[in-house]
Amino acid sequence: MAKRDRMSGNEAVAYAIRQINPDVMPAFPITPSTEIPQMVSTYIANGEVDTEFIPVESEHSAMSAAIGAEAAGARTLTATSSAGLALMWEELLLAASNRMPLALALVNRTLSGPININCDHTDGMGARDTGWIQIYSENNQEAYDNFVQAYPIAENKNVHLPIMICQDGFITSHAVENIELLEDAAVKAFVGEYEPEEFLLNPGKPIAVGPYSVSNYAMEARKNQELALENAKEVILQVAAEYEKISGRKYGLFEAYKTEDADYIMLIMGSAAGTAKQAVDDLRAQGKKVGVLKLRVFRPFPAKEIAEALKNCKAVAIMDRCESYNGNGAALGSEVSAALFRNKVMISAVNYIYGLAGRDFTVTDVYRIFDELEQAELNGTEVEQYQYVGLRK
Amino acid sequence: MNNGLEIRWHGRGGQGAKTAALLLADVAFKTGQYVQGFPEYGPERMGAPITAYNRISKDVIRVHSNIYTPDLVVVVDETLLHSVDVTAGLKEEGAIIINTSMSKEEVLPLLNGYQGNVYTVDARTISMETLGKNFPNSPMLAAAVAVSGVMPREAFFKEMQESYHHKFAKKPEVIEGNMKALKMAFDVIELALQAELEQSA
Repeated sequence: MAKRDRMSGNEAVAYAIRQINPDVMPAFPITPSTEIPQMVSTYIANGEVDTEFIPVESEHSAMSAAIGAEAAGARTLTATSSAGLALMWEELLLAASNRMPLALALVNRTLSGPININCDHTDGMGARDTGWIQIYSENNQEAYDNFVQAYPIAENKNVHLPIMICQDGFITSHAVENIELLEDAAVKAFVGEYEPEEFLLNPGKPIAVGPYSVSNYAMEARKNQELALENAKEVILQVAAEYEKISGRKYGLFEAYKTEDADYIMLIMGSAAGTAKQAVDDLRAQGKKVGVLKLRVFRPFPAKEIAEALKNCKAVAIMDRCESYNGNGAALGSEVSAALFRNKVMISAVNYIYGLAGRDFTVTDVYRIFDELEQAELNGTEVEQYQYVGLRK
Repeated sequence: MNNGLEIRWHGRGGQGAKTAALLLADVAFKTGQYVQGFPEYGPERMGAPITAYNRISKDVIRVHSNIYTPDLVVVVDETLLHSVDVTAGLKEEGAIIINTSMSKEEVLPLLNGYQGNVYTVDARTISMETLGKNFPNSPMLAAAVAVSGVMPREAFFKEMQESYHHKFAKKPEVIEGNMKALKMAFDVIELALQAELEQSA
């Protein structure tokens, strides 16, 4: 029987960790993810889990220790935000290229400067080319559900890659909302025991982790890693189908909300997707054909599937909660545009930058964006193709 | 989320406005409704103005933004009346509750011409009398419940008794004082509501 409760996004992730009872958690505190290791430490102190907690001196050490523990054969995780993820950068690549299926709870926060503690996706997007699976959550429920699905995805032998479960700092991490939790036994059965085929602490079958590779072989190793990430797409869908059986909640690579007959679609990730869905309902009540494509799985990037979902609309607003400083748009703007072009879907695609460093994003902002797309389509109004939402002039 | 209740809390860092918002979310959750309780952080320091929010609705709540047209505003620190536009966007058919020793008539000139319902609660005095310290958030939480009608009086006290029992497991000596503070503040609002009823009758 599922349990109805209310808790914050950080509490929800810590609760999932308690139910999973992983072997090792090295962590270093940073706002707004600090509560996660704090709550797990309490579970450990209370004897509710037997996870080995390693208090490390930095995030660089946290990810290094996580890789070491995972290589030894232990199911491992850590949590971080913002500059903490940046300090892990070198190790993020090592975790992925050494095919370590460890999990990271990322509570998205901007990076300096100006120094700021609030949400945007600069941290996660900065790690977009490190080879990790990245899944984004709209609310506390999704942060919980995604975390329970993390290990079955990462540890699948066709994947064997690290996984980042992301949620928006403060907006969901510190917001108390309703949630439906699974029974401990159901989660334990779903996640199962970690039984790696190869691991360092296995004297019967010695292996080397992270050795030097000459140029004649290194490129093939990279391609294998890329193939594993491609494999993850199907595994994510399989795990979601299994998860639906125990939870009743349906997950995919993205959620297509009222997009079927939509002329205008907003493509967006994270907590702002809920705000966009509310705005879509309001606009639908006025007869506007609008919809939301909420991207859940950012890595592997579902390029073909996104192009297919957008092919019948007139225009898409691609929403980025980060900047790329390339003068041509941000991460989603560039990747979605490339996906549309390569799949010969020739629709208008405007890249909007919103919510940087915690700038609020409201239903009114969504109305304005849909109105701008519609005006451009119906009256030929000129639209800046790469623009900021709610910028002070 | 069209007929829900939206509440905005104004306080200063360290006064417990955020905790009060989270406790209100707890209380409303117990009535079987959908809830949100969340803080908006500025610079993290004691005494800086902070805002916290509640959404309470019979429908699923999906919006994740701040609240700009609240039904109810709760001001935990009256000194904010001079620096923050606490009635900004507040619905005329809504209400504002202010922690102050001033009367409603005395506080009105500080509310930018707000025409809706105004209630004052001397949460500081209540807290000093019941706890010996200035923790205005418990009385203000009771006032918010009394004005909004989120939960009936006795059910609310029963919930809070359990909540405090859990929250103050390591210092049970403060539970009685907090319960007393809740009841005193609830009484203040009920008297004010009663007076309004008599006036309109």
